[in-house]
Amino acid sequence: MSKKTNAVISAVLLVALCAFVMILEQVLPSTHIALTVLKKSCIYALVAVSMNLLNGFTGLFSLGQAGFMLIGAYTYGALTIPVADRASVYQYFDGGIIQFSVPVFVGLLAAGVVAAIFAWLIGLPVLRLKSDYLAIATLGFAEIIRAIFQWDKLGVVTNGSNLLRKFPTFNSVMFPLIVSGVCIAVIVLVINSSYGRAFRAIRDDEIAAEAMGINLAKHKRMSFCISSFFAGVGGGLLAMYQTSIQASTFKSAMTYEILLIVVIGGLGSVTGSCLASFLYIACSEWWLRFLDTEMYIGSFKVPFLRSGFRKVVFSVIIMIIVLFYRKGIMGDKEFSPARVYNWFQKKKAKKAGKEAAK
Amino acid sequence: MDFINRNLPYLLAGISVGGQYALIAIGYTMVYGILRLINFAHGDIFMVAALVLVYASASLPLYLSIPLTIVATVVLGLVVERVAYKPLRSAPRMSVMISAIGVSYLLQNLALYVTGGLAQVVPSIPFISDSVQIGSATTKVVTVITPILTIILVFALMQLINHTKIGMAMRAVANDFETSRLMGIKINSVISITFVLGSFLAAIGALLYFTNYPSVVPTSGAMPGLKAFVAAVFGGIGSIPGAVIGAFIIGICENIIKGLGWTTFSDAFTFALLIIVLLVKPTGLFGEKATDKV
Amino acid sequence: MRKLAALALCATMCIASVVPVSAAETVKIGVFEPASGDNGAGGKQETLGIQYANSETPTVEIDGVEYDVELVIVDNESSTEKAPTAASELVSNGVSVVLGSYGSGVSIAASDIFAEAGIPVIGVTCTNPQVTEGNTHYFRICFLDPFQGTVLANFASENFEASKAYVLTKLGDDYSVGLGYYFEEAFTELGGEVISDTFPEGTADFTSYITTAINEGVDVIFAPTSTEAAQLIIATASSQGVEVPLLAGDTWDSNVILNAAEGTDLSVYVTTFYQEGANEEFDTNIKEWINADSTRLANNGGDDTVAAVTAMGYDAYYTALEALKAAGSTDAAAVNEALWDTTYTGVTGEISFESENGDANRDTAYVKVANTETVAWDFVAEQGVQ
Repeated sequence: MSKKTNAVISAVLLVALCAFVMILEQVLPSTHIALTVLKKSCIYALVAVSMNLLNGFTGLFSLGQAGFMLIGAYTYGALTIPVADRASVYQYFDGGIIQFSVPVFVGLLAAGVVAAIFAWLIGLPVLRLKSDYLAIATLGFAEIIRAIFQWDKLGVVTNGSNLLRKFPTFNSVMFPLIVSGVCIAVIVLVINSSYGRAFRAIRDDEIAAEAMGINLAKHKRMSFCISSFFAGVGGGLLAMYQTSIQASTFKSAMTYEILLIVVIGGLGSVTGSCLASFLYIACSEWWLRFLDTEMYIGSFKVPFLRSGFRKVVFSVIIMIIVLFYRKGIMGDKEFSPARVYNWFQKKKAKKAGKEAAK
Repeated sequence: MDFINRNLPYLLAGISVGGQYALIAIGYTMVYGILRLINFAHGDIFMVAALVLVYASASLPLYLSIPLTIVATVVLGLVVERVAYKPLRSAPRMSVMISAIGVSYLLQNLALYVTGGLAQVVPSIPFISDSVQIGSATTKVVTVITPILTIILVFALMQLINHTKIGMAMRAVANDFETSRLMGIKINSVISITFVLGSFLAAIGALLYFTNYPSVVPTSGAMPGLKAFVAAVFGGIGSIPGAVIGAFIIGICENIIKGLGWTTFSDAFTFALLIIVLLVKPTGLFGEKATDKV
Repeated sequence: MRKLAALALCATMCIASVVPVSAAETVKIGVFEPASGDNGAGGKQETLGIQYANSETPTVEIDGVEYDVELVIVDNESSTEKAPTAASELVSNGVSVVLGSYGSGVSIAASDIFAEAGIPVIGVTCTNPQVTEGNTHYFRICFLDPFQGTVLANFASENFEASKAYVLTKLGDDYSVGLGYYFEEAFTELGGEVISDTFPEGTADFTSYITTAINEGVDVIFAPTSTEAAQLIIATASSQGVEVPLLAGDTWDSNVILNAAEGTDLSVYVTTFYQEGANEEFDTNIKEWINADSTRLANNGGDDTVAAVTAMGYDAYYTALEALKAAGSTDAAAVNEALWDTTYTGVTGEISFESENGDANRDTAYVKVANTETVAWDFVAEQGVQ
């Protein structure tokens, strides 16, 4: 299949996906769980892809994603709450010190920018560390950031331990779908640019990459900042989805969750991350929910089913994927019409070969 | 004198919690030394030990349930190694670490399912949970026993590592995985023994820790686990005395910070310390300088 | 492939056969409560009250037709991030009214989902003012934090002549910090001095906090926290030989606290919605019901002490039934409209809603003290705000 047809079919598929979601939204009631799951998976897809850029494409094992999402969420919230509502939100802090509000898109952009600035600062010392040390240092930074944002001395901006709310949110799935889609498209552009090639060279062999004239420090920092920028935007979107922000949501457990999504989708596969985030959210918060309630078949009580069983089953599934399907759904490949086409061609050829052998 | 009276309880709490961190930290440092793996599940194994004690003591007397707890924890450590880490021996390090995170997630969710999300009260072990007066401070006997027991156990462990054949094998594997395999050391049994020792100490640590803080929830192991790991890095990963000293320092500092009124940052401080150490002296206090192999 | 299809077919049939086939009309009531996470213990006790009420009165007559009441229970995991999907699950199930949640943060996070679907919610024990503020679909039957904080501060200064209090709250928990804030505000207004500290999530070691309280020579320790932390605070306070009274809000009204305080020399005071023994019949019956099933007993923390949240859950269920009757239909919007004028006399007192935010008209709280010998709550006083 030629490159051009591949691109055309990909574009058609994307448009079809958007159209499908749009129709879904018309057909289903606006609060249907399918739509809520779709909203959340769009946001997680963006965050997972941004983490993949770092872990899968640059080979930097960072566990700070939840921290950057927290920064993004708080930046978005603190900037966009309407002035009229500030007194009631910041009720313990006399309305806070920020006495203006910015439009939604400026807020989201600021969320990314502030997260990227923090990433740049943190990256200065931390990016010198290698693999596990980097992981544990970024994890530590995320925890420190969480403590700082809950500090009541900064309450005039962050509202301390209390919720930030009343900022503008979205109703339609199209909003997170389009915002995430555009962001992911930008990440894909970065990956396919010469910078992206440099990132991959660093992942495959740092020393060789350096010998080839790639500035390690600069490229690592760049990847770290870009990833954090989009994690920040993702955090802003997540805040809109939750309609409220609380620092205690952004624990290291959240980073682990995103990391597992990236692994399930395949390290180094953007489409894998997107697919995996939908499957992950849908399974954990929708499809497997029936495992939490007692069930009777006739008069037979199905054993084990009670609250919490869903999570056990889910974590067993994850362990199976981690152990036996280490490459995840997509490995480091991307989903593309050309690949599907080739796969069918190969299968056909195989079949033909078999028949010929007969 | 008044100053000491006021601050003695902070110090005592710090020493006691430091000793408990030390017992967990040894498990981290030994596994890291040999497999180069941050065993994220180690903190959860520590939590499971407490849960086993809760459920065992519900039907058994304490003198039976305590040994049972230790045995069960050791078996769990071994099973985790066999099931989740061994199949990934030749995989990239990141895969093993993700597997460790997966195990941690699984153990927490299992604990959630078994306990039904309710905090379980850990039965108090007689004698060590009695109150005792030290100077001006009232505390539990376990506070005093922990550092002593920790030092005895560490001493025994050092003897084992420095003066027995298996200890020598462990040192060899830690030094050079591939070469020691070529020299005929049975890597898998060495790794198993490492996990046995680590889990054993974690079980003892759990008994002491949960005597002091007698309530266990599925996430009880996460924070002590992370702090113990920080202690291991602080002391120089791979070095057992380093991990122990690191753990005591972290335990004491943490309580001093709380005593100063900076309670919001008591956890954050631990991580700040970690980052500073990593930047200033990446090998930790007692770590050997390793040359990066290409 | 064929095997797989067969298997899938079997599975579908199994699931299909499970769906209960009932001839009578059903009305669904959603139960939006945590069963895991920080507030799992409290959420389960609250759910028990609702389930008990449902077992007592499983049907309701709406507009002359007998309806079966079906409870749809979801776990919001005490997390604001998981709350929206849990709420959507309820909405997708077509519930007419929702009860919950224990914990204010999750209630606020899910509020918009319910608002959009036009489903009214009756908050059972979410005491933060922001839950109902400025909306018309969220009601609640409990008192609010500013009220509770003031009651506690009054109680501390009147009964213990306290002039210095140590306030210990959990970092990142809006309930804990909020109640601490209102207590501090009221207490300083009464001329008292407050030393406040916060502890981060996952703290097990409270020694330093208690030491600070002792060193400062406070007259009372106020710790509005979840029961998980409460257990540890009590254990530490006991081993450190604390002599001053410990004070807390409604979350501490739980048998978890009683068991933790058993055999210690501490005096633990709580404000609450319900006093066990106030309604003999209800107490005996619910105890029987809890003891009849091991899961219920486990969910109640292992014994049959009736927690205030359980009584509140019980009342919330009946309030919902009253609203359904008044609405004369299972339509969520009609129920929402009817709720404004719904009144009900429950085991926790008169329930009615004020007309601005839909908050409960409650002006008294019960103060109880933990009896460390009989392991039961002793009634101390009925306290209001002057």
